[in-house]
Amino acid sequence: MKIILSNRSGEPLYEQIKEQIKDAIFSGELAQDDMLPSVRGLAKDLKISVITTARAYSDLEAEGLVASVQGKGCYVLPRNKELARENALSKVEEGLCSAIDAAKQGGITREEIFETLTLLLKEEKL
Amino acid sequence: MNNTLEVKNLCKKYPAFELKSISFDVPKGYISGFIGPNGAGKTTTLKSILGIINVEDSAVNLCGNNICDIGVVMDTPFYPDEWTVAETGAALAPFYIGWNVSEYNKYVEKFNLDKKKKVKDLSRGMKVKLQLAAALSHNAKLLILDEPTSGLDPVAREEVCDILQEFISDGEKSVLFSTHITADLEKIADFIVFIVNGEIIYSGTKDRFVEKYRRIAGQTIDENLTPHTIGRRKHGTGFEAMINSADMAKFSGFSIEPVSIDEIIIFINRESGVANNE
Repeated sequence: MKIILSNRSGEPLYEQIKEQIKDAIFSGELAQDDMLPSVRGLAKDLKISVITTARAYSDLEAEGLVASVQGKGCYVLPRNKELARENALSKVEEGLCSAIDAAKQGGITREEIFETLTLLLKEEKL
Repeated sequence: MNNTLEVKNLCKKYPAFELKSISFDVPKGYISGFIGPNGAGKTTTLKSILGIINVEDSAVNLCGNNICDIGVVMDTPFYPDEWTVAETGAALAPFYIGWNVSEYNKYVEKFNLDKKKKVKDLSRGMKVKLQLAAALSHNAKLLILDEPTSGLDPVAREEVCDILQEFISDGEKSVLFSTHITADLEKIADFIVFIVNGEIIYSGTKDRFVEKYRRIAGQTIDENLTPHTIGRRKHGTGFEAMINSADMAKFSGFSIEPVSIDEIIIFINRESGVANNE
């Protein structure tokens, strides 16, 4: 699994770590029972603070994606299909919202948006 | 939380300067950064902890550790100028129960220190590395470093940060280091102790410290909003200021951005007075 942190994105580091591990879980790159790197090991590798890394892990735990065992570390829980779907759905929503914002700014009509979307969907064969 | 060091109501009065009842903890297994403008009292505090400056015994609690369990890196080494790198190791050995010769030699080699070179002939960076080699060679539980990265080039600074992270990686050891190069802290520090004018303004996690404030900018600002700004500065085309994150809703019309540790120090310094009642 690779984790790449950006200093310029403005997104907090723990959020970046959380999102990337989440993506790895939903894409299947991390399978059930896979161990995450240790908090202190990952902090050292990424050259960031222990607390920041621990926060990303505890957020993942709170979201029900991983579980931690005292003294052993964090492992990936069975993939929850509904959760993965919900996650995808919220990303779709997010993308559409920024599309709507752009349309508003540029004076693009409702019909034009639908038209573009239909065209794009056709290209992707969705 | 488990602490390695607890400072409680530390007071020290000088004719022109005073530490005003300083209290903070250094949690075990983490890196704590000690920040503040020049002359704020960082070195005085560190020297008090180390017993170089006399303070009341009750003010410093080493939490079961001995003073020998502290590895120290100061601005300038205490070693005589005429000692060589090898002699320094030999001379320090008897003072520490846990002194490990091979560990010292390992770090001397790792840091590319010339064993035959005299202390006085070492560059600023090499002097820091020599002290660091000594500090890491007696099984210390706590490292106290005063400006270890100032005067170092970016490569050496990165090395020092790596060593500090390595040092705490087993979760049993702790680091307290003062610096004004906050870029180093921005990444590796878990906790921040912020001192201004002999007073602790903040002590807690770094994340909370940075989350606490936001930077705003705009063209003009309403007079009823100005009391909520910190360190406001007007310039030709507008103004900039810092606000408490809690007040963000009040400033909805402005561009709002996260702040860096550096910016927090600058804004608070510009405002000094407002920060004290937080």
